[in-house]
Amino acid sequence: MNLAYRDIRHNLLRFVMTCVGLSLLLGIEIMITGVYGGLIDEALRQARAANADLWVIQPGTNGPFAESSRIPGDTREMVARTYGIERAGAVTYQSVQTTLEGVPLRLYIIGYELNRPGGPDHLVAGRDIMRKRYEMIVDQSAGLALGQEVPLGTHGHKYTIVGMTRNNTTSAGDPVGYLTLRDAQNLQFELAPPSERREVARGGALQTNDQINAVIAKVSPHVPRDEIAAALSRWKHLTTLTQEQQENLLSTFVIEKSRKQMGLVMVLLVIVSTVIISLIVYTMTMDKLRSIATLKLIGAPDRTIVGLIVQQALSLGLVGFFAGLTLVLVFLPYFPRRLVLEPASIAVVFVITVVMCLAASVLGVRLAMKVDPASALAG
Amino acid sequence: MADPVEPALVEIENLSKHFGEGETRVDALRGVSLQVFPGQIVGLLGASGSGKTTLLNCVGCILEPNGGRMTLDGDVVYDDRWLRSDLRRLRLEKVGFIFQFHNLLPFLNCADNVGLVLQLAGFGAAAARARAIELLDYFEVGRHKDRMPAQLSGGEAQRVAIARALANRPRIILADEPTASLDSHRAGIVMDLLRKIAVEQHAAIIAVTHDEKIFGRFDEVFHLRDGQLDADAAGGRRFEPTDMQTSARHDRAEC
Repeated sequence: MNLAYRDIRHNLLRFVMTCVGLSLLLGIEIMITGVYGGLIDEALRQARAANADLWVIQPGTNGPFAESSRIPGDTREMVARTYGIERAGAVTYQSVQTTLEGVPLRLYIIGYELNRPGGPDHLVAGRDIMRKRYEMIVDQSAGLALGQEVPLGTHGHKYTIVGMTRNNTTSAGDPVGYLTLRDAQNLQFELAPPSERREVARGGALQTNDQINAVIAKVSPHVPRDEIAAALSRWKHLTTLTQEQQENLLSTFVIEKSRKQMGLVMVLLVIVSTVIISLIVYTMTMDKLRSIATLKLIGAPDRTIVGLIVQQALSLGLVGFFAGLTLVLVFLPYFPRRLVLEPASIAVVFVITVVMCLAASVLGVRLAMKVDPASALAG
Repeated sequence: MADPVEPALVEIENLSKHFGEGETRVDALRGVSLQVFPGQIVGLLGASGSGKTTLLNCVGCILEPNGGRMTLDGDVVYDDRWLRSDLRRLRLEKVGFIFQFHNLLPFLNCADNVGLVLQLAGFGAAAARARAIELLDYFEVGRHKDRMPAQLSGGEAQRVAIARALANRPRIILADEPTASLDSHRAGIVMDLLRKIAVEQHAAIIAVTHDEKIFGRFDEVFHLRDGQLDADAAGGRRFEPTDMQTSARHDRAEC
């Protein structure tokens, strides 16, 4: 006879209400793992979307994502001529902010050379950029429509949306936009008209815009990547990172602070959840003291009483966990950030929940073990 | 009066129990000796604080005495500071409890309240339920087998509680104010049931009570005063046995 189940059924409403509250708490824990997964995914997304084997960047930097990197625009041609390189493309990366009908819009702009590595890998609507100027591909999360014009930069040029990507955002949640390299260079390096006039007036030479942040290279499968990377790095004005090194940089250093912050929130949530489940189990045990005394009096072994409390704690946790998971899955599309729920991270939260429930039942079990069977005889 | 046919089910010799030490020490039991035989219903009377409940708790293996000797159904439970270890098992197998308030588990229906004791003793679920329903029928509450305790009247709940106390056919039944929460009619029914159990199961029943209307239903009454048996009640004061008890004793003597 399962006493835990019978007691739950007897007080079903209270159990359900408790589970609802707990499911919100555990839902937040699941959500945080999803946010963390999303953070990693977004941090790596740009590096992975480029589909590169090698990243050629400014020496002494960890660019172009972790740090600023600036190299001459003709670097791509040098890299492309190197033995073992199949394809190469120059890219720029920058964040821009504009205002559309009074609403601020932040975009992460990637400039790429048409028909070379570095552009969007998959479009969900529209077409690729066909013209060299003033066309843009943007992620759906920006809330822009095909054909819409977006003013960007100091000269106020308008860029027409011609294509859409999906789930292409940065680790900060900003939608990614793609421009031609020329447009992106102008956005990044072009001076505002008053600044240009001042430069001319003081007799200074106008700075060239032909600069890029990195060169992406695809290496022939028949040539070892490390060898090519070493060969490129022999140029003193360049550094080369392999794709693995780039991903390691991003996942280790770029989101390190976010990782720690989320880890702290997670630990706090686990502690709070454990305390709350402990209090719930303790209160449920308090309500059953007379029944527990009676059970002891009629000869029920300790394992029956411990089982009653632990099974109830586990039931609370498991129902709360699955209800929380369902909640998160239902509201996933409406969440303002991208959540990536990996089965492994959900399994970790599940294990944490089980451990929390076992730890939380300790208080209740201690209380139950102290109950004097004689108290069942008291009036 | 002791029944000469069978050995005593409860034998207590010079039992003592105190609480606290030094100035706060309270001697709850001081050298109490008594015997209860199969088929007997014994009453423990006394004022508040006289030691009735302490004695009942010691016999029920809930409290550890501080001195003396106690055997239950031939098993030594306590012998001058030696205490048997498997007291909970002993309670499950040999002792049945009837409370002032029924103390049925509120989350189990009547059949499961009775069946739980049987399952704890090793019965399978189906066998336990069958025996539980049989017992409930015996106490004329079988129709309530699927009801929860909160849906029963006081008398019905008490009868279910008695059925639970008897589920494992214990030889010693301890009742703490079994009729206190009942009117005189229902109290009479409960006492008749206890008499029936004592006779049919050869069980010894010890009841603590203040209920004067059932004093006459006991075979022997022990008065406790300040932790001791009243001097003029040593060995118990005998009430006239009922016809039922007399016939039962004759039956057993003939066996």
